[in-house]
Amino acid sequence: MIVAERKPMEEILRLVDGAKSILVAGCGGCVTVHMAGGEKEVEVLASLLRMHYKMQDKPVEILTQTVTRQCEPEYVRELAENVAKADVVLSMGCGVGVQFIAEHFPQAWVVPALNTKFAGATLEAGVWAERCGLCGECILYKTGGICPVIRCSKSLLNGPCGGSQNGKCEVNPDIDCAWQLIFDRMKNLGKLELLLEIEPPKDWSKARDGGPRKVIREDVRL
Amino acid sequence: MEDKPGEIKVRLCGRSGNGVMLMAEEKEGSAAFPGFEPKIVAFACYYCAYSAADLAGSMRIQYPPNVRIIELPCTGKVNPQMLLAAFEEGADGVYVAGCMEGDCHFLRGNLRAKRRVQYVKGLLDEIGVGGARLEMYNLSSSMGPRFAEIAREMTERIRALGPSPLNKKAGAGRVQEDAAGG
Repeated sequence: MIVAERKPMEEILRLVDGAKSILVAGCGGCVTVHMAGGEKEVEVLASLLRMHYKMQDKPVEILTQTVTRQCEPEYVRELAENVAKADVVLSMGCGVGVQFIAEHFPQAWVVPALNTKFAGATLEAGVWAERCGLCGECILYKTGGICPVIRCSKSLLNGPCGGSQNGKCEVNPDIDCAWQLIFDRMKNLGKLELLLEIEPPKDWSKARDGGPRKVIREDVRL
Repeated sequence: MEDKPGEIKVRLCGRSGNGVMLMAEEKEGSAAFPGFEPKIVAFACYYCAYSAADLAGSMRIQYPPNVRIIELPCTGKVNPQMLLAAFEEGADGVYVAGCMEGDCHFLRGNLRAKRRVQYVKGLLDEIGVGGARLEMYNLSSSMGPRFAEIAREMTERIRALGPSPLNKKAGAGRVQEDAAGG
């Protein structure tokens, strides 16, 4: 899932400064799962905003609405009524949601309440870690399910660098050396010989470096 | 007769069948905020804190009438929305009282509450209301005097801090003055 974190209140207040009516828009997708921008978090942020404006003695209306997902036109359109009432839409969705609301309501002023961080998974309740770099050309079959593009600080594709020490990365001792993990995993699986196959330099044009990407499925188009 | 700072007024409240109950009422406010009577909301768990409050009552222990107690099945029920709502509705101070760590009836509810209270303290600091107005306490159901002590401690803390910045302007929320509170 896409993992994001709420911006500091001081920044959010700056972004909505001057508005007389703010719509805090939540998303029922990823941000609900990792508790950054779902219905409950919308309620908390709305409460904090109300408190702030009460202390400032400014009559600012706070509207709230959470849709199933902010990355789907049918759901984003459900925000229409509240978007029309608000001076600013404070989206608690990931970067995709913020943009989608703006795209579908070109007259609306949409600002993000979150900083979108990475595509990752839950390690334990309250801890999420980056796993996928969305590189567009997955080689996880060669590395025992451990991604060298993201989990190796240098994105090396053919084994560890000289800085790998005691299974840790030289960039940060808290980071496991991905290639150590890959080697151990492949050894365990009895598939070490797959690592002998040299991976050529990555075609980064398939990743973000080639510009914004699009996927089209002709078979499901209406 | 005018209220003087430090003067303690004693009211006699009649109760049918039960005789007379004494309630001591301090109208001192504090030096910085004369006449201010804090409104405190206490979220107390059924198994320990609320029981202790009940025991304090049975033991006729005096504690400030400023504290309004809300019973929960477990402090693990508290969430940030609930704690923030208490402040929005007019509380000057809020505390969550649960079982001793390790003794929660639901095993770890009080530990969850502890983390959530810490989180909301941070939010209250971020927004300028002040995290010192919110606290977590642990006690067991036999600790009637401790419940009263906590109530006193929190009331004095909030008395010194003054009214919540949310209450300084006109109109409080639904945490109203009650007849005895004044």
